[in-house]
Amino acid sequence: MSTDATETAAAETEAETNVAAETEAETDAAAETGTATETEPDVPSPGERRREAKRERAAERDAEAQREAEDVAASADDTVHLRVFRYDPDVEGKTEPYFDDFHVPFTKGMTVLDALIWARDNYDPSLTFRHSCRQAICGSDALFVNGRQRLACKTQISDMSEPVMVEPLPHSAVEKDLVVDMEHFYDQMEAVEPYFQTNELPEDELEEQRQTRENREKIKMSTRCIWCAACMSSCNIAAGNNEYLGPAALNKAYRFAMDEREGEDMTEHRLQLIEEENGVWRCQTQFSCTEVCPKDIPLTEHIQALKREAVKHNLKFW
Amino acid sequence: MHEYDVIVVGAGGAGLRTAIAAQEAGADVAIVTKLHPVRSHTGAAEGGVNAALHPDDSVEDHAYETMKGSDYLADAPAVETFAENIPREVVQLERWGMAFSREEDGRISQRPFGGMAFPRTAYAGAETGHHLLHTMYEQVVKRGITVYDEWYVTRLVVTDEDDPADRRCHGVVAIDIGTGEVAGFHARNGVVLATGGAGQVFEHTTNAISNSADGMAMAYRAGVPLEDMEFIQFHPTTLPSTGVLITEGVRGEGGILYNAEGERFMFERGYANNAGELASRDVVSRAELTEVNEGRGIEDEYVHLDMRHLGEERIIDRLENIVHLAEDFEGVDPLEEPMPVKPGCHYTMGGIETDENGRTRIDGLYAAGECACVSMHGANRLGGNSLAELLVFGERAGRDAAGGEIEEPEVPTGRTDDAEEADFEPPVALGTAGVEPAPVADGGAMAASPADLVENAAESERARIDRLLERDDGVNHARIRATVQDTMGQHVNVFREESGLEQALRDVLEARSLYQEVHVEDPSRTFNTDLIQALETRNVIDVAETIVVGALAREEFRGAHWREKHQTRKDDEWLKHTFVSWNDGDPKLWYRPVVLEGEMQNYEPKERSY
Repeated sequence: MSTDATETAAAETEAETNVAAETEAETDAAAETGTATETEPDVPSPGERRREAKRERAAERDAEAQREAEDVAASADDTVHLRVFRYDPDVEGKTEPYFDDFHVPFTKGMTVLDALIWARDNYDPSLTFRHSCRQAICGSDALFVNGRQRLACKTQISDMSEPVMVEPLPHSAVEKDLVVDMEHFYDQMEAVEPYFQTNELPEDELEEQRQTRENREKIKMSTRCIWCAACMSSCNIAAGNNEYLGPAALNKAYRFAMDEREGEDMTEHRLQLIEEENGVWRCQTQFSCTEVCPKDIPLTEHIQALKREAVKHNLKFW
Repeated sequence: MHEYDVIVVGAGGAGLRTAIAAQEAGADVAIVTKLHPVRSHTGAAEGGVNAALHPDDSVEDHAYETMKGSDYLADAPAVETFAENIPREVVQLERWGMAFSREEDGRISQRPFGGMAFPRTAYAGAETGHHLLHTMYEQVVKRGITVYDEWYVTRLVVTDEDDPADRRCHGVVAIDIGTGEVAGFHARNGVVLATGGAGQVFEHTTNAISNSADGMAMAYRAGVPLEDMEFIQFHPTTLPSTGVLITEGVRGEGGILYNAEGERFMFERGYANNAGELASRDVVSRAELTEVNEGRGIEDEYVHLDMRHLGEERIIDRLENIVHLAEDFEGVDPLEEPMPVKPGCHYTMGGIETDENGRTRIDGLYAAGECACVSMHGANRLGGNSLAELLVFGERAGRDAAGGEIEEPEVPTGRTDDAEEADFEPPVALGTAGVEPAPVADGGAMAASPADLVENAAESERARIDRLLERDDGVNHARIRATVQDTMGQHVNVFREESGLEQALRDVLEARSLYQEVHVEDPSRTFNTDLIQALETRNVIDVAETIVVGALAREEFRGAHWREKHQTRKDDEWLKHTFVSWNDGDPKLWYRPVVLEGEMQNYEPKERSY
């Protein structure tokens, strides 16, 4: 039965592996061999047994749906071929990473996110990825598409070569399918004290603290960060050193350090923060963060500007 | 079980402002949100935030123009409270570091927006919401407020007295999306719903895919009426293929709308002889669709919005984001050619009935932001008033929920003496959606301690979710949601006919019936978005139904609500709010008069001309 699934794509070895893996999983589960006891040392409750049975059925249906999908898609003229990373620690047959192939009817203007949603809603409801605004502002659908970090929602399928490889962001732990653990990224963002701090406020509560147009212009690009983590994922240094603050957090530091409304003392404090062992000096100016940033923030340049400020600031005390 | 003084559900602008205010009033606060805060849809707001900041502007004018814009369906005390408090809130944001666009002298820059006679809209480029959301999240981080991100609230813990006015909310139950764990959250003082709008009820919308009306639906099922739900704002300038928003700021800066014949139709066809493109949103949306329907649309679908004459420098300074959106999502470079635009569902003007302090009919349950209806937008919201609303009423809800000092509200809630039952029989039989019709916690307030009630509710949620996960077969929720979205887009749009509305009601009923067999195919406990979307879909159905019945019953033409056979505003009969109450699963309609008397002035209904 696995040959049907792959008849349209004899070269797609991952897909074969996938179906084969699921078939094996079925056999394993049917025979109730040792695999169940590895994950469930206690006697399973009735609910757990039902869920277990459902898992098996789901795996079976997945394989079936996939076969049908490929048959249907193979007959359509204008389809786009996605090859999507799959993994679920919780469902048998998916605990080892594999790739699934989806053939989605192409429509003009279709983005990678549109194609993923179509595949999920029509072929496989278990296909999991984060998404929300689908207009490049919520930052939740940063993925590794055809070998590069991109926002799925603003990546036109027509700009991609096929098959469109869709993988989770590299250098992050995968939770399931295309969803990665973002905690480390958030921790790094918070480490730079990412909030405005000033003691120099006008007395009247209706009186604004002013900012010059020039200063707003200076920080403007840095304020556009949507926390998508594409930059962090693309950075070789961050990949090798888990403590390095990384481009997004340093950009956040830049946003406040360069804001004239924060006083001298605060600026000094901020420069000290980013001068620490895992701060700006780790950056090796490879520009990968700048290349992948979906909001065109000149991240590397901002890190270099911070380095310059840090040097100037040190000079004052020499 | 987790325990806090105040639990805020949702972490967009309203949720964050609420949490900050509650914390400042001394409460131990937690935010529970299905997204990470910076992913919230407030970030997509573009245009700006209205406040009478300039010495030549006045709070009274802001209030007056908001009442006029609402087509006299807003409550004056809410509007006046809003206009009075918003300048301080905007300056507060500035003090939290928000990078507003600036005037030469360093003050916050303000620009003209539709429906207002003064350039009152403060902005940060064309990404005001992004700046506002991030600035407030920064303050939440600074204050160390606990955030449960990617936790989806599935149920309110509310006692089960017969009269909703006697009920009390003790907390919420939520599922950790990452792990599938279901936990109770006990709120000692109050729960504030700040879950945003209901855009996912419609097919073509500017709203995020997450905007599935969760808070509205939960409050509705727990016994709080939804108010003025038929008033859905359609934004006149959205990109045709995706629904991505093109800010009103484009027209505010001087952008021009053209039809296929190259006419500046807002003037040349007489839709708004004074304000032109800057007439109110309902007026512009109808004008565009009329052009399309009369054969003067482009490709029979849209009109053109041209901003090329503004010059590249000004566009990049004030509207740069729009250039990127048009390029990325429509393949059009607006510096070189006009943008295609058409109306799209944008904002839910109705919502959970609250007073100016965010209180609902249920003790301990509050709502703020787009999910709430303090009743300040009425039948049509002015652009720039929603970011402003979430600041003012988020702050008040947070302060009140925390037990902070606050003045007594003047906007009435519940069935006051002048409330009237609707003389309305839906043309089809309605019914409950889903396997669990019971909205409230069992046991009643007397039977158990609040903590026990929360734990009981969590236990019954675990069972419900298990049942959903274990059901073997059924209908995919994506199909059910599409059933609702398609019919709403077709029949409950800018132009509404009785037969279409009746068809929509039948289709919503069909969705209800399909939902009885909703099926979650993914058996995983890890990040099961299949499950979350199945749960959301029930909310979409319940809220869609309130919109359709409200629209069917309201036989007049007011603000965003246009009826083919009723082409006048009928003040004698319809100067009143629509309420829909959950009545064992059937929507029950009733009405209450609008409050047009304020402290600053009385707002005598006049013909709205722009």
